[in-house]
Amino acid sequence: MSSSGAAYGDFEVTYGARHRFTAAAAITGIAAAVLTAFVGLPLLAIFLRVPLGTLIAQLHSPVARDALRISLKTSLTALLFIVVVGTPVAYLLGTRRFRGRTVLVTFLELPLVLPPAVAGIGLFAAFGRTGLLGAHLMQFGIRIPFTWVAVVMAQAFVAMPFYVRQAIAAFASMDPQLLAASRTLGMGSTRTFLRVSVPLARQSLSAGAALAWARALGEFGATALFAGSLAGVTQTLPLAIYSEFGATNIEVALAMSALLVAVSFGVLIAAKLLLRFQTWV
Amino acid sequence: MADDHLEVELRHHLGRIDLDVRFSVGRETLALIGASGAGKSSVLLAVAGLLRPDHGRIVGGSRALFDTERRVDLPPEERGVGMVFQNGALFPFMSVAQNVAFGLHPRARSRRERSERVSEILERFAISPLASSRPDRISGGERQRVALARAVATSPQVLLLDEPLSALDAVTKSRVAAELSRTLADLRLPTILVSHDLGDIAGLADRVAVMDEGRIVQSSTTAELLRSPASGFVAAFVGTNYFGGVAMRVEGVTEVTLDSGAVVASASAATGSVGVIVQPWDITLRDAAAGAPAAGRPSGGMGQNLLTGVVTSVAPRGGTLRVSVASTPPIVAEVPAEAPGVDGLAPGRRVSAVWPHSATRLIPGSAESPSA
Repeated sequence: MSSSGAAYGDFEVTYGARHRFTAAAAITGIAAAVLTAFVGLPLLAIFLRVPLGTLIAQLHSPVARDALRISLKTSLTALLFIVVVGTPVAYLLGTRRFRGRTVLVTFLELPLVLPPAVAGIGLFAAFGRTGLLGAHLMQFGIRIPFTWVAVVMAQAFVAMPFYVRQAIAAFASMDPQLLAASRTLGMGSTRTFLRVSVPLARQSLSAGAALAWARALGEFGATALFAGSLAGVTQTLPLAIYSEFGATNIEVALAMSALLVAVSFGVLIAAKLLLRFQTWV
Repeated sequence: MADDHLEVELRHHLGRIDLDVRFSVGRETLALIGASGAGKSSVLLAVAGLLRPDHGRIVGGSRALFDTERRVDLPPEERGVGMVFQNGALFPFMSVAQNVAFGLHPRARSRRERSERVSEILERFAISPLASSRPDRISGGERQRVALARAVATSPQVLLLDEPLSALDAVTKSRVAAELSRTLADLRLPTILVSHDLGDIAGLADRVAVMDEGRIVQSSTTAELLRSPASGFVAAFVGTNYFGGVAMRVEGVTEVTLDSGAVVASASAATGSVGVIVQPWDITLRDAAAGAPAAGRPSGGMGQNLLTGVVTSVAPRGGTLRVSVASTPPIVAEVPAEAPGVDGLAPGRRVSAVWPHSATRLIPGSAESPSA
């Protein structure tokens, strides 16, 4: 008797073939083991290289504390910017059909596939001291590169599509009758957006925000090019890991890495739970 | 023009059809019926302000809601038009009470006034016990009631109902229809109700307008519509048997002497002039000579009505045959195409149309001699 079956009356139905031991099954099993080990071992190694107590102690080092503070401040600011600006844009793109919509959506998705170094160069060319806009900003005494604002911009640039894509999909799947009902009940389009659309999409929006925040937190390439790695100013956790690794302070680098692994894991699980249990209870 | 009228006049290009309607609704219920795609829902959306017609004028009371000539186009939230959507369109993330409170503006009322209004409405629609339930935890009939309560809570000047009964099962349907009928009579608002099924809303509407391809092809009372359909389309759409007659109670049944002289019995109680409706699908056909079923369900003689005549036409209609019988009065039956005896069913054959007393529906006080 197979265990993976459902009983219908006196019969037991097995889905697909019984799990006989075949060559194909063996190859699949080995492939799964290789892939799991390939992803799992490096992550596990971070925690096993030095005792856990040492890892936690190293998080209290000045470099780690500065990097953590800067990472939290910049990534949360970037997230705020993404949500405030991205939500209305995603609403428009999710609920309206107009010429050039697909082009615009594709354009906004570009940072997903763009190498972060290219994003960094682009930001530098636009907002750098001699850049397209940066040169004019300099006249007003506004200097962006190598400040914490530059970090925020680099993070927002690469993380934005993670939120916007999710938000577009959420708004596109709303029942238009609910929006129409809200209008006939006396709510204008802004109130309808705030009181109906956002609550309807809130779980998808939260999941998208969580993913975007995780991406911003891990940003390295664009930040390194556009904001540099100034300890206590622009040095975020990933940049501090790189710099401590270079300075052979491997224990501090491991401690910060362990923290990022834990946070990333938590964010991913939270996002999956949010999307799976989209209920109103 | 009276202050409480809704005047609608609009033209709109709608893909395959051109919408072109003109009507007025007083403190009464107008049913717009027609096949899907006839444009009836678009009329509702235009009145609600959710669809902008190419040309036209919509006046609610003394207020222009829409007027292409005067460039008036009030947004939905300023029209004072309450709308009940087909499946209720209740907000899933709110409780029943929150749904009902949704349209009560915080600016116009204090918190206490609002909560008083909500409890009053919940009570009036008998949904107080559901106040804290989520819309996905209540039945279809209850959802419909909550949707109506939510629309009425905002004190609209006009009420629109889009297929209010079509999502409900047969048992719930008749109960909700009765409730709705009482509520609409209480509200006395200009009301437009859209349905694809005349049977669903026959008892709800004061007037019925039949729409076909974007136009109103007939507008009259339900009885008039059944008695004298203005065109072949309306007759086919309405698709029912209607006779005028005079009813009398005889030993527990109602006997109706039809205008044509024939006598039929009904299980419903009525006296005086009545309209008689017999749905074609309630009729069984039998071979008139043998008395054996010629087509349809076999049935006994007790509690049955019988009219005999010659078959004049047999028309296939989906899985059924629509059979016209030249009895006195003429009657139309719809029998399953695969029923026993159907093979021999052809024009010229003499058959008896049989239906149970319980299938003879009566509309009191609406019988006059047929105009034709």
